[in-house]
Formats: sequence, structure tokens, C-alpha cells
Amino acid sequence: VSRGGIVARLVAALGGLRGLRRFQTSPRHREDKGGNDEAPGRVEEVPPPELDESSDPRAELIVALLLIAAAVGFAGFVVFYVAYDDTQLLGLCLGLGLVVAGVASALAGKRVVIQEKATDEYEDHGEPAEQRQVQNHLVEGKVGVTRRKLLFSSLAVVGAALGAAALAPVASLGPRVGRKVYETPWSEGKRLVDEKGVPISIDTLAEGEFVTGLPAGESLENLGSPVIVVRLAEDELELPEDRAGSAPAGFVAYSKICTHAGCAVSMLRSPKYEPTQPSPALVCPCHYSTFNPADGGSVEFGPAGRPLPQLPLRVAEDGSLEAAGGFYEPVGPSYGGIREDPDARPL
Amino acid sequence: VIRRTVAALDERLGVASPLKRTLRYVFPDHWTFMLGEIAMYCFVVLVATGIFLTFYYVPSSATVHYQGDYLPLQGTAMGANFESVLKLSFDVPAGLLIRQTHHWAANVFIVAIVLHLVRILLTGAYRKPRELNYWVGVTMLGLGILEGFLGYSLVDDLLSGMGLAIAYSVAMSVPFVGGPLAFLVWNGEYPGTESFWPRLEILHVFLIPMAIATLLAVHLAQIVRQHHTQFPAEGSERVVRGTPTWPGYALRSIGLFLIVSGVLFLLGGLVQINPVWEWGPYEPYLSTNGAQPDWYVGWLIGALRLMPPLEITIGSYTVVPSPFWGGALFPLLVFGALYAWPLLSKRLVDDRREHNLLDRPRDNPKRTALVVAFLIWVFTVFAAGATDRFYFRSFVSYEGQVWFFRAFALLVPVFVYFVTKRVCEELKARESHPLRGWSGSVVERTEEMGFEEAESSRLRSER
Repeated sequence: VSRGGIVARLVAALGGLRGLRRFQTSPRHREDKGGNDEAPGRVEEVPPPELDESSDPRAELIVALLLIAAAVGFAGFVVFYVAYDDTQLLGLCLGLGLVVAGVASALAGKRVVIQEKATDEYEDHGEPAEQRQVQNHLVEGKVGVTRRKLLFSSLAVVGAALGAAALAPVASLGPRVGRKVYETPWSEGKRLVDEKGVPISIDTLAEGEFVTGLPAGESLENLGSPVIVVRLAEDELELPEDRAGSAPAGFVAYSKICTHAGCAVSMLRSPKYEPTQPSPALVCPCHYSTFNPADGGSVEFGPAGRPLPQLPLRVAEDGSLEAAGGFYEPVGPSYGGIREDPDARPL
Repeated sequence: VIRRTVAALDERLGVASPLKRTLRYVFPDHWTFMLGEIAMYCFVVLVATGIFLTFYYVPSSATVHYQGDYLPLQGTAMGANFESVLKLSFDVPAGLLIRQTHHWAANVFIVAIVLHLVRILLTGAYRKPRELNYWVGVTMLGLGILEGFLGYSLVDDLLSGMGLAIAYSVAMSVPFVGGPLAFLVWNGEYPGTESFWPRLEILHVFLIPMAIATLLAVHLAQIVRQHHTQFPAEGSERVVRGTPTWPGYALRSIGLFLIVSGVLFLLGGLVQINPVWEWGPYEPYLSTNGAQPDWYVGWLIGALRLMPPLEITIGSYTVVPSPFWGGALFPLLVFGALYAWPLLSKRLVDDRREHNLLDRPRDNPKRTALVVAFLIWVFTVFAAGATDRFYFRSFVSYEGQVWFFRAFALLVPVFVYFVTKRVCEELKARESHPLRGWSGSVVERTEEMGFEEAESSRLRSER
């Protein structure tokens, strides 16, 4: 689509105001092919192009002053960077300098340079003739080929094989899931220590208190490691029958990793006034999955789909707490395929 | 000088013709067209500040003991990644300014994209011939959210660790492929091995920014090829009218760029964001109450909180674990709806013709009502992500709020749909502009005890 003389446009683009004025193109009104869906009230009339060349010396002065102010801000940034490195002052200098320079630039665009409303045309894309040429050209690739089906089938086969070969190395990015998710450092006789490595004993907690327990001498990075140890009144406990004896002196331990989304269950909601406050509960701060520590970690509220896995405890001869076995259930967030693992129930 | 430079370049590269077209490109004037520009300029600031940060960041979780200027953490065991961020914040001159500006820019970037998207949905700018560019834009929004999440995950502070734990659990929860998928990404069970951090870094500083930059170039190229849309007051379906690039628009847009980056640096310098030294390093057994992610992840937190504990199991075999619904299915639905919208809208609310003129929201009540109801739905879930913050400041129980938001998310969009539709229809019928001052007429009693309309021009001059 040729619009206006090339020379005229070149002059317009490069030259001064005169050239620009000459360049004003008049909008071409064309009938829309068939489907002109103008809503009523929408006119095809376009306001004419405008050009305002009047000068505004005051605006020019303000722009100059703003630019100088911006320069002061930038210089201030350099000075403070060298002399007194302070985040607030640096940010203030640089930020204000940029804002002031921006206002200067916008003001120049609005008041100092010529104000122009120009028009251009929306081009029609989609030339049927050219489309047909391209289509014909592409289809030419088939001309003279006799065993088309065979070739296309082989192409599909090689494509699939190449894709598989290209994707196969992705498998090296990580190990297979395997039994890893069921493994924890806990086994019968493993001591419980706190975050500083001090053994947790029967005297550590009073009723209604809790502490984070970790397996002595094991990695803290393992999702199977941390447990939350709560001391409840022994008459509060409502553990299932097959877990009798897993909570000596009211001490219960649960995996600290939420079965919903893997955050650390680090809150114990404890009753303050019996009639109004709910019973004690372990709460995960991420999505507020709420578990009942008294009955084996069942879900009371929130999005968790499984109980918090319980770790059976026993008291060693010196009064410190140790595991009486592994967890009753798999630890960590659920995943498609996680199942109750018979090997993880040693009791 | 200008003449000689242009001549010299044109003789060698033939730039005169494309340059001419660029300089004369017409930008329709409407303030809403600045939203996309703000997003683009945020991206420029993000790249500039991000380059600075990459020179200091260490993508390693190897244990070190902090020995820097920040006394409360002296001697604390932490990953080398977290230590490098602390050093950047406390020891490198202007390091904290750049880091906070980068973080602020990420938040503003996605605000601007979302507002830009809302404008495009409400005015029908996605219609033929611009569907492709709409899809490019939606993809950039998705990449932007992912990029932001990876960015604050890199720090390996307590908040990023909690976020990554959730991301890991959501990945694990995808039916059938989730477990292997998460193990591939983290190179094993969460929190992964040493090789996880370089992966995270290369995604955040190279692969995703490159993808966004490429899509941004495609986005702009398509706009130039098709021209901007415009509101009917200015041009027509055939003719676009506005300010040419040079000199008026370029100066204004450069001004916008400088103002946007200036505001971001002011925020970065004066308004603290993500003080990671207060959260401390992450260990899987640690978490903090009241943790909130960056705003653009809030809708996912809300969805995870609102979902009831629904787990589909066959025997003792879990098919769909519960994080899948809120963490994976919900964003898939939202983005699926966004991607499908140009095609759906052709059946529901639009026609199949080409459109260069924008609708005002009222012009198409059904579309506006659907879009607003959709946005209310997503933002209700977003608001539910902050229920715990409200719980601490009020006597409304957490459980009560969750039930309230569950009902709200299901019912209110329907209500909003009908209200919005009605409002648009009324506005359309009366052509009134309630936000642009009074447009009614006054009836006066005449001396003959009759009534007649007062002269509107007289009224206007009196007011």
C-alpha cells in the first residue's frame, strides 16, 4: 500500500515543521467489505488531523529547571554513594531525580514540542490471492510423490522417536521416587533432641506445652526428621486402641511436616477458657490445617487430607524421650500414589 | 548532525524507510493505554536491577556461618545463597536499594499487567484481529507470576522455604505424574539437593526473562503491524488517529519510563520490602505464623485455604491429593478461561468480525458482566488468602471466615453478574456518565403554573 510520495514523507520525517505540515495525510474512507457492523451512534467520520505549533516559553523554562533539578538529584546520588552510603538517601536522590526528569520529559512532550494529531490507516491483512499462492507453493511439495502414506507414517515415527530421544535425558534431572518418601531417620530407640541438640526428657514440658523434636545425630534437612512433641493431660488422650502406650505420661509426637503442603506445623492452639475456647489443636500456619493431637492427629479443619503421622514414644531409663518405632503413617505432603506402607508400621 | 547521521546510516543499512514509519507511528491518546507501557518499563527496571543482583547472588545451599555486618545473625548456620543476599543487603553500597527496587518492580510489574488485561477484557481489545497478541500477553502474565515466585524463592530465607515447600507439595499432588515431576525438579525429596539452586537461578535470571523479552518483542511487533485499537471518539474502524511517535509521544513515553523507574527507586529506597534478615534462614522444621507471599501468589494461597480436605483415594492409594485442587487446578482453570476467552466470547458475547474500535464497558453489558464476575471470583479467592491476618485483628473466627469466603466465592460472582449487566444496560440506555459529574436536567415551574425544562446551557454556566 503506497501512501503519499516517499520523498515527501522522508522530508517530513527528517525535516522541520514545514515538512511535517505538508505530510498530513487525509484519511481515506473506504467501504467496509460487506460486514460494517458500526453500532448506531458511531460515526465513520474521523476528526481531522491537528497541528499546533504555538510556542510556550514558560513551559520551556520549567522543563529546563526540572532537568537541572534532576541533575542535582543524580549528582546527589553519586555524592552519597561515595560519602555516606545510606539506602534511604540513595533511593530518595535517584528516585526523585528520575521522577523530576520524567515530568520534564512528559511536559516537553505536551507543551514544548509541536502538538500533533495525525491519522493512519488500519491495514487489511489477508490477501486471498497471496494466500492461494502460498498454499499452492506449499502443496507443490506433494507433487510427484507416489507413496505418500508410507512417507508420512515414517515421518511420524521418526518424529516420535526423535522427541523421545530428546526428552529422555530429562529423566537424569532427579532420582525416581521409589521408597525414598517413606524413609525417615526414626527407628526404635532413636533419642529426641531439641534444635540445639539437648535431649528432650520427661521434665522438659509441662502439660499444654510443646517443643520441636529432632532425631539425635541425623540430618535436619530430611522431611522425615522433625516432630512436634506435645504434653497433654493423660485423661485427654483418645488414641486408637492399637496405639495404646505410644504416649507415655501424656507425651505425644507427630511429624512436624504438614500432610497438606509440607510446611512446618509449628503452632499449638491451647484452651485458655474451657467453655469458649476449643480443645488443643496443632495448626499449620500456611493454610491452617488443624489437627487433633489427642486422637492420633486427625484433621479437624482445613485442607489437609490425611492425619498428621504420629511417632510412638517411650521413656528411656534416664527419663529422656525416645522413639518406640517409626511413624504410623507415611510422612510429608501427599502425592498421587502415596499409600499406607506396611513396612513403616513396626509396632 | 542529525541529517548527517541519518544519511550515513541510510546509505549503509537503508534505515530511512523503517525509521520514517516508526517516527510517524500513531499512538491513540487514552490513559488506559499507559498500563501496558508501565508493565514494560517495570520489566526494563527489573532487568537492569536484576543484572546488578546476579553479580552478587550465590546459587548454593552449602552451609556457611554468617560473619557479616548484621549482628543478630552472626555465627548462624545458613545456606551460601541466603548469606550472599545478606551481604548484598548490608555490605554492598546501594545493594539494598537495588534489591528492594527489584522486589517492588516485580510487584508493580504484575499489577500493571493485570490492570492492562482487565482493560483489554472490558473493552473487547482481544477481538479479531488481535487474538494472537492477547494470548502472547496472557502467557507473559503467567511467566511473570512464575518469575516473581522463583525470584523470592532464590533467597532461601524462611518465607521462600515455606513457599517452595508448598510448590513442592503442589507439584507432588498432580495425579500420577506429580511425584516423579517434583523429584525431577528438586533432584530428590524436598528440600532437594545442591543442584536445585543453580536450576532455580538459571530459570530466574535467564530462561524466563528471555522468554518474557521475546514475547514482549512479539507483542510490540504485532501492535505495530496491526496498530493500536482506539475508542470511537477519536477514529474509526478504518482510520487510527492520535499522536505520532516523534516528537510528542516519544517524549511523553520517555517521561513515563523515568517516572515509573523513579517511583520504583523511591519505593526501593524508602519503603522496606521483604526484610529477609528478620525471617532468618530456612530449615524444613521451621515456619512462621502470618506468613504472606508476594501479592500475585495470594490467589493460590487463598485457593489452597478455601478447599475442603478432599482427597480422592482408591483403597489406601491416593489418586488426587488435596493441594491439587487449589494449587494446580484453580490456576489451570483461571488461565484456561483467560486463554479460551477470545474463542468463547465469539459464541457468548461478541461477533466474529474484525474490530479496531474499542467498546466502552457499557456497550456490551453481557461481556462486561461476565468479565467482572470472573474477576470478583478470582479476587474473592485472593482475599481469602489473607484471612489469618484478619483473624488476628478481629474476633471473627478463622473457621467462620473460611466458610464465609467459600460461600462468597460461589454466590457473589453470580450476583455481581446480574448487577453489572443491569448497570451497564442502564448506562447504555441513558448515555449518562455518573463519574463525570451531573448530567440530569432541571424542571422549572413557569408563571403559568406549568412545567418546562430549564435551559441546560444556562444551568451549566451557573454551576
